Amino acid sequence: MSEDVFIVGAGIHRFGRTPGLSGLQQGVYAVRQALERTGLTWPDVGFAFGGSDSAGNADTMVSELGLTGLPFVNVANGCATGGSALFGAYSTIKSGEFDLGIAVGFDKHPRGSFSPLPADWGLPDWYGETGLMLTTQFFAMKIQRYMANFGITARMLGAVAEKAFANGVLADHAWRREAVDIETILTSQMVSDPLTKFMFCSPAEGAVALVLASGRKTRELGLPAVRLRAAAVRTRPPGSFEVFSPALDIARGGSPTTVASKAAYEMAGVDPEDIDIAQLQDTEAGAEIMHMAENGFCADGEQAAWIAEGRTGIGGALPVNTDGGCLACGEPIGASGLRQVYENYVQLTGQAGARQVPGRLRLGYSHVYGAPGVSAVAIVER
Amino acid sequence: MPDMLAPPIATDLLSIVAGDLRLIASRERATGRIVFPPRPATESRFERVVLPAEGRLWSWTVQRFRPKSPPYAGPEAFEPYAVGYVELDGALIVETRLAHVDFAALRIGMPMRLVPLPFTLESGEVRTSFAFAPIEGAQP
Repeated sequence: MSEDVFIVGAGIHRFGRTPGLSGLQQGVYAVRQALERTGLTWPDVGFAFGGSDSAGNADTMVSELGLTGLPFVNVANGCATGGSALFGAYSTIKSGEFDLGIAVGFDKHPRGSFSPLPADWGLPDWYGETGLMLTTQFFAMKIQRYMANFGITARMLGAVAEKAFANGVLADHAWRREAVDIETILTSQMVSDPLTKFMFCSPAEGAVALVLASGRKTRELGLPAVRLRAAAVRTRPPGSFEVFSPALDIARGGSPTTVASKAAYEMAGVDPEDIDIAQLQDTEAGAEIMHMAENGFCADGEQAAWIAEGRTGIGGALPVNTDGGCLACGEPIGASGLRQVYENYVQLTGQAGARQVPGRLRLGYSHVYGAPGVSAVAIVER
Repeated sequence: MPDMLAPPIATDLLSIVAGDLRLIASRERATGRIVFPPRPATESRFERVVLPAEGRLWSWTVQRFRPKSPPYAGPEAFEPYAVGYVELDGALIVETRLAHVDFAALRIGMPMRLVPLPFTLESGEVRTSFAFAPIEGAQP
């Protein structure tokens, strides 16, 4: 028994900072909005998967949403929390066990960089004490080497960030709603060379809820829907380069992204050329560039021409991060991966308003990456 | 540690071989794969080795803001420092602080050598950690 799985509705709490509202309350907001938009009520929901990285247990939402007795599975999987919640909901419907459920992710992080503790990551204390345990350093060193190997320039990083902020202006749920020009981006404070302040996303707040349904239920509801063709979560292969790595193997290998991407294309039976729109993890501007190649959209180094020709803009051949991505929305860990799927859902169903990508969109691709080397990819089809 | 160096910042990290500072690592007996930091000495699958003291810069960045404490244990007063990965032939690519470097002169591929890094804790006490410094043109 293997059921088709559809996303039939979605809700979002605006990303950014919302004083006075906990992460959990933002999650409840997103669920209620998703239900309102679909005309469903909480008792219609058969099951839920949800979680946050640092804003509490998702299943306590039943206090506000209603004590219907539904199975509510908490997901705590670091940066892949949202992707894992989606994977759980997808598998539950695919198995035929339930025909309607919710995947919800939310978060609320303090200002400034993340401050992880070495012991939580299987590392000795000296690694953190001496100032090596910063995610920003990893991203900077990964793009630094990539730039040297493949001819990527600081100006290209600036162009990616400029596009993100331009798209964010058009996205109701984005945090940063003001355009930033490339010269400002390039000359802003250097955070971790070669990346400036405007090239990095910030930890933030926000929530997303997706309503998933079986094929039968989707036909019965008659709502705008996208079919979830693939949902893959993968951890790192040998020889990858990850956050919080005191040492790397000399024999270089792939990345969790290359593995998750390949699995998702196989599940969906499609190729990178078939994708119409992509939301790629852009923790910093260089990550979007590298992830274009790791997800199979171009060869290493071809990004230079893509960026010069504006191919990743909203009117381009493959629009990337159409809502401004993490750069414009910030990164509430538990919600971030689901935001990407939300964006593909609203784009493919023609509900993206001012940022609507023109033309018929069939396939949307989303990719989230995080520590300690985990990626989640989803492919949806209209 | 020789008398002139402050106590090491951690046990099971630094060693002195023929008067020179070296990093302790573990070699998996079955595969020859070298891992750093070292595995616990009680793990029989691994044997202790020291890493080569010289290599080439594999990538780098500059830490421009003071990291949050915890886990950072340095003093409140902050000076930016360089961080990199150094490829050690036949062993691995190790992440490290970079010392005695002009940030503007950092280049991937430049030869680097292991040096002790005096690390001042918030309390003012000094511990010995490690860094790599350029073999040619090191800054004082």
